[in-house]
Amino acid sequence: MPKMLPRSTARFKLLAPLGLLPLLAGCNMVVLDPAGDVARQQGNLILISTALMLLIIVPVMILTVLFAWRYRAANKEATYKPDWDHSTQLELVIWAAPLLIIICLGALTWVATHLLDPYRPLARTAPGQAVTAEVRPVEVQVVALDWKWLFIYPEQGIATVNELALPAHRPVRFRISASSVMNSFYIPALAGQIYAMPGMETKLHGVFNNTGQYTGFSANYSGAGFSDMRFAVKSLSDADFAAWVAATKAGGGTLDRAVYLKLEKPSEKVAAQRFASVDPQLFDAVVNMCVEPGKMCMHDMMSIDAAGGAGVAGIGNVRSLTYDKFAARGTEPGYWGRRYVGALCSSPLIASGDRPDATPVDLAPLTGAGLKQTAFADRSAPPHS
Amino acid sequence: MTPHPAPETGPLLGKLSLDALPLHEPILVITFIAVAIGGLALVAAITKYRLWGYLWKEWFTTVDHKRIGIMYMILGLIMFLRGFSDAIMMRLQQAMAFGGSEGYLPAHHYDQVFTAHGVIMIFFVAMPFITGLMNYIVPLQIGARDVSFPFLNNFSFWMTTAGAVLCMISLFVGEFAQTGWLAYPPLSGIAYSPNVGVDYYIWSLQIAGVGTTLSGINLIVTMLKLRAPGMRLMKMPVFTWTSLCANILIVATFPVLTATLALLTLDRYAGTNFFTNDFGGSPMMYVNLIWIWGHPEVYILILPLFGVFSEVTSTFSGKRLFGYTSMVYATICITILSYLVWLHHFFTMGSGASVNSFFGITTMVISIPTGAKLFNWLFTMYRGRIRFELPMMWTVAFMLTFVVGGMTGVLLAVPPADFVLHNSLFLVAHFHNVIIGGVLFGLFAAINYWWPKAFGFKLDVFWGKISFWCWVVGFWLAFMPLYILGLMGVTRRMRVFDDPSLQIWFVVAGIGAAVIAVGIAAMLVQFAVSIWRRDQLRDETGDPWDGRTLEWATSSPPPDYNFAFTPVIHDLDAWHDMKRRGHGRPVTGFRDIHMPSNTGAGIILAGISLVMGFALVWHIWWLVAASFIALIGAAIVHTFNYKRDFDIPAATVAAVEDARTRQLAATGA
Amino acid sequence: MSTKTLAAADEELRFYDLDEHAHPEGHSTMLGFWIYLMSDCLIFAILFACYAVLGGNYAAGPAPKDLFELPLVALNTAMLLISSITFGFAVLQMQQGKVRGTQIWLAVTALFGAAFLAIELYEFRHLIHIGATPQRSAFLSAFFTLVGTHGLHVTFGIVWLITLMVQLNKHGLIAANKRRVMCLSMFWHFLDVVWIGVFTIVYLMGMLQ
Repeated sequence: MPKMLPRSTARFKLLAPLGLLPLLAGCNMVVLDPAGDVARQQGNLILISTALMLLIIVPVMILTVLFAWRYRAANKEATYKPDWDHSTQLELVIWAAPLLIIICLGALTWVATHLLDPYRPLARTAPGQAVTAEVRPVEVQVVALDWKWLFIYPEQGIATVNELALPAHRPVRFRISASSVMNSFYIPALAGQIYAMPGMETKLHGVFNNTGQYTGFSANYSGAGFSDMRFAVKSLSDADFAAWVAATKAGGGTLDRAVYLKLEKPSEKVAAQRFASVDPQLFDAVVNMCVEPGKMCMHDMMSIDAAGGAGVAGIGNVRSLTYDKFAARGTEPGYWGRRYVGALCSSPLIASGDRPDATPVDLAPLTGAGLKQTAFADRSAPPHS
Repeated sequence: MTPHPAPETGPLLGKLSLDALPLHEPILVITFIAVAIGGLALVAAITKYRLWGYLWKEWFTTVDHKRIGIMYMILGLIMFLRGFSDAIMMRLQQAMAFGGSEGYLPAHHYDQVFTAHGVIMIFFVAMPFITGLMNYIVPLQIGARDVSFPFLNNFSFWMTTAGAVLCMISLFVGEFAQTGWLAYPPLSGIAYSPNVGVDYYIWSLQIAGVGTTLSGINLIVTMLKLRAPGMRLMKMPVFTWTSLCANILIVATFPVLTATLALLTLDRYAGTNFFTNDFGGSPMMYVNLIWIWGHPEVYILILPLFGVFSEVTSTFSGKRLFGYTSMVYATICITILSYLVWLHHFFTMGSGASVNSFFGITTMVISIPTGAKLFNWLFTMYRGRIRFELPMMWTVAFMLTFVVGGMTGVLLAVPPADFVLHNSLFLVAHFHNVIIGGVLFGLFAAINYWWPKAFGFKLDVFWGKISFWCWVVGFWLAFMPLYILGLMGVTRRMRVFDDPSLQIWFVVAGIGAAVIAVGIAAMLVQFAVSIWRRDQLRDETGDPWDGRTLEWATSSPPPDYNFAFTPVIHDLDAWHDMKRRGHGRPVTGFRDIHMPSNTGAGIILAGISLVMGFALVWHIWWLVAASFIALIGAAIVHTFNYKRDFDIPAATVAAVEDARTRQLAATGA
Repeated sequence: MSTKTLAAADEELRFYDLDEHAHPEGHSTMLGFWIYLMSDCLIFAILFACYAVLGGNYAAGPAPKDLFELPLVALNTAMLLISSITFGFAVLQMQQGKVRGTQIWLAVTALFGAAFLAIELYEFRHLIHIGATPQRSAFLSAFFTLVGTHGLHVTFGIVWLITLMVQLNKHGLIAANKRRVMCLSMFWHFLDVVWIGVFTIVYLMGMLQ
């Protein structure tokens, strides 16, 4: 009985994944077969890394089965050396083999992490198709709300909820934030995910290489309505995109601060919504957490703090929130109430357009020793750090 | 969505009221009834057979590391059944909730289930299991009579239990956290989680954390101070080495968890602004801090099991462990490196590419010593005579399973790959791959390996094999679909799904979970059958596997004092060496043996802590104050007890050892 | 069992310690206590790290230089440093076997500790009175938590001191009590070291900004 075990263990291990293969053909592995160039490079990286690691994993598995079988107790013909416990050469191999794989993988990681840094403006929209200097990426400002997504198109001056339309073949630049808790903005077909965090701004660059219908969602649990925090992503031709923008503009509706404050209250399974016009400073107000009238903006607070605070006189500048944006989360003002720091003097919010957009990167230096790190210029620090 | 309004706070019961009982949730009511009936039956049985005195005197107040070890294992097993029920509930929900169906769990309940599953499996299953194992085995392996601080050991166990009990109370009184197992703020802050769930989470972990930290200190000192003469550090058995490293990690990381949770507590209870959005707080700091604890925690869990695999491979291959020195240095490397990788849990936070690459590469570097270990086991098997008893079967299954988990782990350490796989079911599959394939398989190997030492009879092989095959098959069935779903872009913690093409995979995963359930049942049957047939399975020798380390040198179960005379160590495989060169077990000249006395202080202090934790959860301030004063008072009273040990008279030792001599003679050895 | 004697080359090989002496009671207590202190040190490390990260986030409120009074803090620091010296005297008395002397110096230590706490509480009361509460800003949260945790440790140290004085009264300078005095001594000096960190990083550097 015991001598049968290793073989059946091995046979099972090999067969189990094979049995599932027919099923695999029918499913859509969007991570490995996406519609966007960035996600495709990330998917390819998964395949390359896996192949690299299989170089060592497969021999180990084969050796395990082989040794288990060959040196089973019943096999008296096999050599038995009970006191053999050291071999310098073998030890060298044991440490060197994984080391070599990790050196290769480490180099790959270093290059790929810099190349595919979500903050880095795209250098190409597809293999061999460089982004020229005159191409301006589409900018979309993304806000994760409880439990839906708000998309603001600053150039077009429109906004949508739970519906994202993008022109294909054009780089897209997302500026991402959140209103209450942490979410993760993820469209598997387009590019990897990045957290959406309150009071902070993250960035993501991507491009669609096909037109079509895709989905995006939150990839970080954020409370009761999280499962339904999904949105339709439409990758459109330039003409269709222009038509979509025009239709949205014709549809009416304005997203100003008051509407936003209503919108950010928790709600689930929200149907797509469109706004023909939008307060141009809304996103910056969201990032600075000062959409509420009279609340001090983070950037003001940070400049006051950098100058040494507002002194003892500043202590009293705390007001209670006049409405409860958390109501549907079952919250009532706790012992300490809902408070915020009142605005003292407000400097104008930096409009997104004023900020210099990072220039597309030439791929050439990345193949050499020095990795050019232009992306960092574009990285705005989180307000508190 | 559950608009539970935060209840009014009264002076007598705080936030507690009848509304806190989940009478509207039929699943919980039925569970409660079942638990109540089971509990009453147990109490009645104990009372009927007049076992309370025995339990109190011999178990609850014991300071014997062996009994405390066994109690830890029982705690782990009970909590494992709870944690696994949660797993089954999740699998069922995810297999059902398609095409507009909401499944059977509302968000309020489902979100608690996945949070509780994670918390319980890590803190109240894996931790008690490995602590119990180390408690039982380490003193025996180093030839000691007990741990350095026996009372502290008892106290640690009861604190862990108190934490587990508080966590279980949340099932029937109030609710558990709905935040995910690490309770990231701002979601876990008072603004977004105003009810008691997160408070239950905080206080059960804090109470258990005290126990874990103290037990870590205790075992480190034991290993450093109480080794038998001749056992230099580089002659310590590998299991003891990995335990030493795991305990160093415990002491060096659990305070971080304690401090981090304390800050979250202040945010929730005192309105401070550490992790809030407003007033300059930084939620991201919590994420960093919790993972500075969280990543080493993973190695706390796996390291002792690496030791188990080393012992098992060497014993059942009938061969010295290959590359002992490199094994030890690999363990030390892993211990140190485990502090330098925490950021890989949140590459997607938007750190710079250089920061992400750094942490990605340090993570990959850990796979080098881990790989070296794997090769060492492999070459221990090479030119051995491998007996495929149950522990060895689990070890081979581990080697084949764990490499896959390791590979997907390294894959996730590549930041751009993580951007597409982070928080996906691929990640879920990965860590179950290493935790089940590594930690659980290792525990099962350990239980099958050391059970005869603890109880004097082997475990039943037939049921053991059924359990083994169900676990292995069930594991692959349950988690391969999750890998695939991850590659299909499915994220974790989802309650309902749109895409009907995913359902088949969830159904397969559900079937896998059911097969695992059969494996668990078979394991329980294995225990029952073995106890039933203990006379046939009896091992009189104390060394049923032809063992190599000191724990096999004494009888099974070992006497209270473990060794009548402390062994002197000349070789790494001390017991193997003693057997080979003829150790001449001494049969005369016994002396009095100095031993620690039992004490009820541990269970009393932990009981008061439990009351205090409950009062804190529900804001019953008078009870908080009263129990706090009682806690300090009881601790002070305990320090006035100076008579903490006694002598086992030489005559008693002689009687026990003579019986052992006759037993050995009867086995014909 | 291979109890058969292979009385070969290594005849003198001993496998059991037949003439063993029990480990002296509490021989590893000091090491254990040291490791505990290191774990406690980590808690403080986290609190210091939080203060370093959040210490500049005043939320448009007061900064250290608006709040702290260095002379008061200097006095406070002096109290704690002197209490460490007096604890040293207590240990010296203990080593000379003088119970009464030990107790007196322990009492003096407790008094200085209490004075330290009183001044700290006065400072806290003042801050809260003017509205600079832990809720006002992340800086104040981190400040109150770091300093308060230290104060809490001192409080427990004083409770332990009193307990130990009673125990010395009851049992005299037996080995167990001597060990306890040494543990408490380490604890007390440890708190002193932590306070030096607090004084430097929170107060001095705060005022220098």
